[in-house]
Amino acid sequence: MTYIKPKFAHPRLPKNNLGYTRKEYEGSLSTLCAGCGHDSISAAIIDACFEMNIEPHRVAKMSGIGCSSKTPAYFLSNSHGFNSVHGRMPSVTTGANLANRSLIYLGVSGDGDTASIGMGQFAHVVRRNLNMTYIVMNNGCYGLTKGQDSATADYGSISKSGNMNSFEGIDLCALSIELGATFVAQSFSGDKKQLIPLIKAALSHSGFSLINVVSPCVTFNNNQGSTKSYDYVREHNETLSSLDFVPVKEEIVADYDHTKITMVEMHDGSMIKLNKLSPAWDPEDKLSIMTALHNAREKHEILTGLLYIDTESVELNELLNTTDTPLNQLTEKELCPGSKILEGICDELR
Amino acid sequence: MQPTDYKDPEYYHKVVDCQYACPAHTPVPQYIRLIAAGKYTEAYMVNWESNVFPGVLGRTCDRPCEPACRRGRVEEEPVAICRLKRVAADFKDDISHLLPDIPKVKNGKKIALIGAGPAALSVARDLAPLGYELHVYDNQNKGGGMMRSQIPSFRLPAEVLDQEVDFILNMDVHTHFNTYVTSLKSILDKNYDAVFVGTGAPRGKDLILPGREEGRANIHVGIEWLASVAFEHTHQIGKKVIVLGGGNTAMDCCRTSRRLGGDDVKVVVRSPFSEMKASPWEKEDAQHEDIPIIDNHVPKSYAIENGKLTGMYFEKVKAEYIDGRRKLVPTGEPDVFFPADDVIIAIGQENRFEWIERDLGIEFNQWDMPVVDETTFVSTRPNVFFGGDAALGPKNVITAVAQGHQAAISIHAFCQGDDINLRPAPNVKMFESKMGIHEWAYDNDVTTDIRYIVPQADKAETLRDRKKEVELGFDLKAAFREAQRCLNCDVQTVFTENKCIECDACMDICPTNCITFTTNEDDEQTLRMKLLVPAVNLEQDLLVSDTLKTGRVMVKDEDMCLHCGLCAERCPTAAWDMKQYLYNTAKAGHLCYA
Repeated sequence: MTYIKPKFAHPRLPKNNLGYTRKEYEGSLSTLCAGCGHDSISAAIIDACFEMNIEPHRVAKMSGIGCSSKTPAYFLSNSHGFNSVHGRMPSVTTGANLANRSLIYLGVSGDGDTASIGMGQFAHVVRRNLNMTYIVMNNGCYGLTKGQDSATADYGSISKSGNMNSFEGIDLCALSIELGATFVAQSFSGDKKQLIPLIKAALSHSGFSLINVVSPCVTFNNNQGSTKSYDYVREHNETLSSLDFVPVKEEIVADYDHTKITMVEMHDGSMIKLNKLSPAWDPEDKLSIMTALHNAREKHEILTGLLYIDTESVELNELLNTTDTPLNQLTEKELCPGSKILEGICDELR
Repeated sequence: MQPTDYKDPEYYHKVVDCQYACPAHTPVPQYIRLIAAGKYTEAYMVNWESNVFPGVLGRTCDRPCEPACRRGRVEEEPVAICRLKRVAADFKDDISHLLPDIPKVKNGKKIALIGAGPAALSVARDLAPLGYELHVYDNQNKGGGMMRSQIPSFRLPAEVLDQEVDFILNMDVHTHFNTYVTSLKSILDKNYDAVFVGTGAPRGKDLILPGREEGRANIHVGIEWLASVAFEHTHQIGKKVIVLGGGNTAMDCCRTSRRLGGDDVKVVVRSPFSEMKASPWEKEDAQHEDIPIIDNHVPKSYAIENGKLTGMYFEKVKAEYIDGRRKLVPTGEPDVFFPADDVIIAIGQENRFEWIERDLGIEFNQWDMPVVDETTFVSTRPNVFFGGDAALGPKNVITAVAQGHQAAISIHAFCQGDDINLRPAPNVKMFESKMGIHEWAYDNDVTTDIRYIVPQADKAETLRDRKKEVELGFDLKAAFREAQRCLNCDVQTVFTENKCIECDACMDICPTNCITFTTNEDDEQTLRMKLLVPAVNLEQDLLVSDTLKTGRVMVKDEDMCLHCGLCAERCPTAAWDMKQYLYNTAKAGHLCYA
């Protein structure tokens, strides 16, 4: 007669290098509908942070409004967080990131929060290559307001009430690549084996990383005819690549077949071990992935895996040459370096 | 692995660790829930049907259920199952109207029961409602057997025992007390349709060492001495007492000695303390009464001066282990002398069967024990059955009760002309427990309370009065809190493959990470190791589903499941459900009282 998560954990729960178990990365009990794809994504975030030995206090969870944006309450309860206005998570994150670039910024958003009310902000955060991971929990409907079609609902998808969507859906991945995103991936909430390494790679990427995760809404968009139901996604999932994330310190085993496996080196020295399943595609070639995405749309396939990565990415703070010290730690000494320095600056401007 | 056959009643039975470990398979979580609900009478009847002596066992049981309790794996201590049973007995109302009706017209079959201990009385309890004419023979003046003669009153008050013995004797059972049966042939000659032998293990082992004969006035054999105290023949003992032995009888002897005038009572045992046979709580109770337990001392001789016992000599040893076998090796230190006015020998007990003639068709094995079938409890003579300590050697009350049930089934089948080897299936029921959103028919909140301690009466007072019960039992508040510690292992997690959409919600929510969706393996060990938390406890089964749509299987390690129901709570399609599972072992004639 209760809905409380028991305090007991498995006594033999594995610990990571920090001595933490998964429990230390969990949040409070989810109040989303039972079976919601978002909960699986939360679990994948927990697993990724646990396995990467991330200290929870180094993470800032950013979100807007929506079912998706509630989820930061359900993971990493020991991390920082900011639940912003609807669609305004990108600007809040930009501000936070410029003020303190030492944190790991993990933005969580939904299809409405990103592709409708937040579209303007989204476009700019992508083109500025802000150093953050942006996860879209994409269920193609407005679950919080009873399941109306959202801007990412595919053309022809049938809603629970039986109506066909007569508008084209926004392809967030194609759009991001077009806008200059430097890490773009697509996945499915029901495939943690793929999603967890993608989240790890995205968190390691220096620059803007988008993971568009198709996440079925069990209550309003898991019906026959929906293109974002568990069954549909499983049937139409076309995996572009299977990947392993190899962290910096781990030795890379060299016994892989070079004709099949591509190693992609990340900014921080970690590697993505990529098993390309389609020869016609190169993850560092924009044109090939744009073609692949178009072809997939024609064939009603959902391409998943790492779609595009720019290993030469220069993130916003680097570009602007901002200070490494968080603004709240700068003292008067640094901020007012004295009249001599001021004179020097003034001279430069003459 | 093959999908689990959860239709096999034993699969879910095994998940209920306490019930599975209990020789009588008492539905423990069922009665604990009833206690929490304040239904003490109902809780008592659940027990009474299964273990016949809830009041006795709630005080004295060896509690094989408690080491098995899941709670002991999840945290430090198991649920105080045994003492909750006592709560049911202490707070029950009059149960006479709930007892089975005894047919006035009998079924024409006469059964003799030799011994009136827990085994024979259980047989009587099961057979009386079926109309059998039952004759109980015992050398004591009341029923109860070793429960009366060997368990001291400060652990088991006579009123409690009397009540539960009388429930049975009042079922038209003919009692022949103060009757020592010296010949089985004489019983068989009375044309009983079947005879049940439940004579226990009534002979205490002696310890013949130099001085045994001269000191005999002050050297006592434990169980005989306890019986003599129980029947008010012995009222005192010397100030200095040595009790030899490390079992529960030794604990009863030393504590009884403290009450009969022993000021300086010590237990001396050959083995290391940790390997003593006595239950840990009985050792604790003895130590609490200022009785030191001196281990690693092997008795060498009785010291006699002027024809009177003055103490005992012991050799100091240490335990060494060769190929897992223990050997007690002398340390070489000089022998130790402990002074004593009396010595009590409690080093074990044996059966005695010299009253069974060897030409009756009852075979005896090399240890002079009757050859008894371990399922049917029939001897090599088709109409003679054994049970309790007399059947397979000394164990405990709950085992005797369990064997009594089985023997009763056999006797009933034998008397009806049926094959006694066809054993009746257990009575198994499965109920829905979903009541609504976030609402289940059981309390699925898992409390973090640690085990509650049973309060005891003032020590000075209990040591003054041999009959004053030491344990006071839980009050209702503590009983409720302790009952809430039960994890409801009988509310089973039931998985239906074809409803599962593989959303992983259950795997994500499970607080103890019991559930893993993964690809199957041929080999169980490989599968066990690839679970979220490797399933290293091989005593606990895996619940493996059939292959799901994506080609994976659901594997649940039963080991740490809290039965909190969150998997079912988070399942969008009710592929997981919590179902209450009631398992009752069959009784003779399929009678059901609770």
